[in-house]
Amino acid sequence: MAVDVEAVDRPRVASQPAAPVPRRRTRWFAPRRNIPDRAYGGLAVASFIAAFLFWEWVSHQNFADPVFLPSPEKVWAAALGFLSEGDLLTDVKVSFLRVSAGFLISALLAIPIGILMGAFKVGEGLMQPLTEFVRYIPVPALIPLMMVLFGIGELPKMMLIFVGTFFQLVLMVADEIRRVPYDLLQAGYTLGAKRRELVLKILWPAAMPGIFDALRLCNGWAWTYLVVAELVAANEGLGYRILKFSRYLQTPKIYVYLILLGIIGLSLDVLFRRFNRAAFHWAATDRR
Amino acid sequence: MPGGRLQIRDVSKTFVARNKVTQALVPTSFDIEPGEFVSLVGPSGCGKSTLLYIVAGLEDCSGGEVLVNGVSVCDPGPDRGMVFQNYTLFPWLTVKENTRFPLTLAANALAYELSEAEVRTRLDRIAALIELMGLGDFEHAYPRELSGGMKQRVAIARALANEPAVLLMDEPFGALDAQTREEMQELVLLVRQHLQTTILFVTHDVDEAVFLSDRILVMTPRPGRVRADLRVNLASPRTVEGKLEPEFIRLKREIFGMLHEGRDTTGARDTLLRRMFSNEGAKSPQMTTDDHR
Repeated sequence: MAVDVEAVDRPRVASQPAAPVPRRRTRWFAPRRNIPDRAYGGLAVASFIAAFLFWEWVSHQNFADPVFLPSPEKVWAAALGFLSEGDLLTDVKVSFLRVSAGFLISALLAIPIGILMGAFKVGEGLMQPLTEFVRYIPVPALIPLMMVLFGIGELPKMMLIFVGTFFQLVLMVADEIRRVPYDLLQAGYTLGAKRRELVLKILWPAAMPGIFDALRLCNGWAWTYLVVAELVAANEGLGYRILKFSRYLQTPKIYVYLILLGIIGLSLDVLFRRFNRAAFHWAATDRR
Repeated sequence: MPGGRLQIRDVSKTFVARNKVTQALVPTSFDIEPGEFVSLVGPSGCGKSTLLYIVAGLEDCSGGEVLVNGVSVCDPGPDRGMVFQNYTLFPWLTVKENTRFPLTLAANALAYELSEAEVRTRLDRIAALIELMGLGDFEHAYPRELSGGMKQRVAIARALANEPAVLLMDEPFGALDAQTREEMQELVLLVRQHLQTTILFVTHDVDEAVFLSDRILVMTPRPGRVRADLRVNLASPRTVEGKLEPEFIRLKREIFGMLHEGRDTTGARDTLLRRMFSNEGAKSPQMTTDDHR
């Protein structure tokens, strides 16, 4: 059958009112495609609400012993209780200081050493295999040794956090340095840069965004090791207090502390991200 | 800044891989006079980029030497500026900061013993260079905000900021679209007319080589050697219209002839293609078993 060419060719929109600008459809499940920021935030909030509702529901069922899974109301009451009495603020302060001190020392040493390891093969040969070896010693296994070496004061706790993060961080910094395109170094050479400048004026600034992102990850690990350190020998601090509460089966209080640890961790993470994005705006990243 | 003289003396390169010695470049010699624009053309893998990297000091040569203004050079140095095929701007620096980067290097300040007044003159020249390159409005932009063509313009400005004796360019416009490439070629001619820099330019684009150069060195396939040294006698200043001149086309044809020599002309490839895509070929048993697995 013949096609009516005229009909096919006839402009169709001419007589109709101006068509609205087609809205771009959001592809919700296309791999790695962006979705609107508001939808992303909404999903995040929804996930928290869902987790909360689930907790609320489970805690009122019979199969969960309220000693082990207190209801949100009880936890909330415990949280309010800390406002009038208890050492919550002291615990946060003490723990925060321990993490910060251990983490700071670790970062201050790991960054220059990592740069040397990443920039020079001699440095890599000298330090990389040794670091890899130490990295695989589980940090909690070092606690008894730390106590023998440094007693039971603040020092062993800081040292544990230091040991836990330092060896990871050194390797990550070295990797970031190695990831800097060699092209940039070659350009530096032809512009007259010498060894020192190649490292300080090219490798370091080029690797900085990656190094600061490594710091963000390491800060999270530092909090993990903090609790491990405090579980064993301490008189105050978040980890110590959790252990004490468990001894007296005060589960609602444990939950308050756990949620607090989550909030502290998340806030630090957000702060790190904000800082990195502002400081390294020149590096285009689509990472959220 | 007057250009320098570049002398290549018996420079050769051999690679050793898995106990096999491969000669990439047979001993090669040529001179480039101050202010001359010389292009190296040749099939890919012929060693033209290797030669350029040896001149830059980024690659060691297996023999021979490179002289700049009569002085033998081995390591990379600011007397030989380089523009790379890839984008090599420092992403954390703005356009202006990128072009000023060479002046912030202690080695350069020491080598030239620049006084404050001289640094000021240099900075003024860099500013003029940025204007000449049409980058005036983008001084404070970061590389990621620039198009490919603009990035290469900044890279050229940065290399020239050092006022090098020789400017080396390694297929600098290879990644650009045809129109941008043409604009960049005209820009290079303009810059060169103003600065009289000696330029050694590597490209596989014959058109580009003829349009830009005073001399063209044609290289053979690996192991590379210079098989022809052709002088380009075209009226200057050169314009895009000049690409239609008989002399331009004659040269282009001559170089094409050399580059395509020794290519498969027996028609073996045609026969193969015809067999693959004709119905007759599809019936052949070998083809079907291979394709339908």
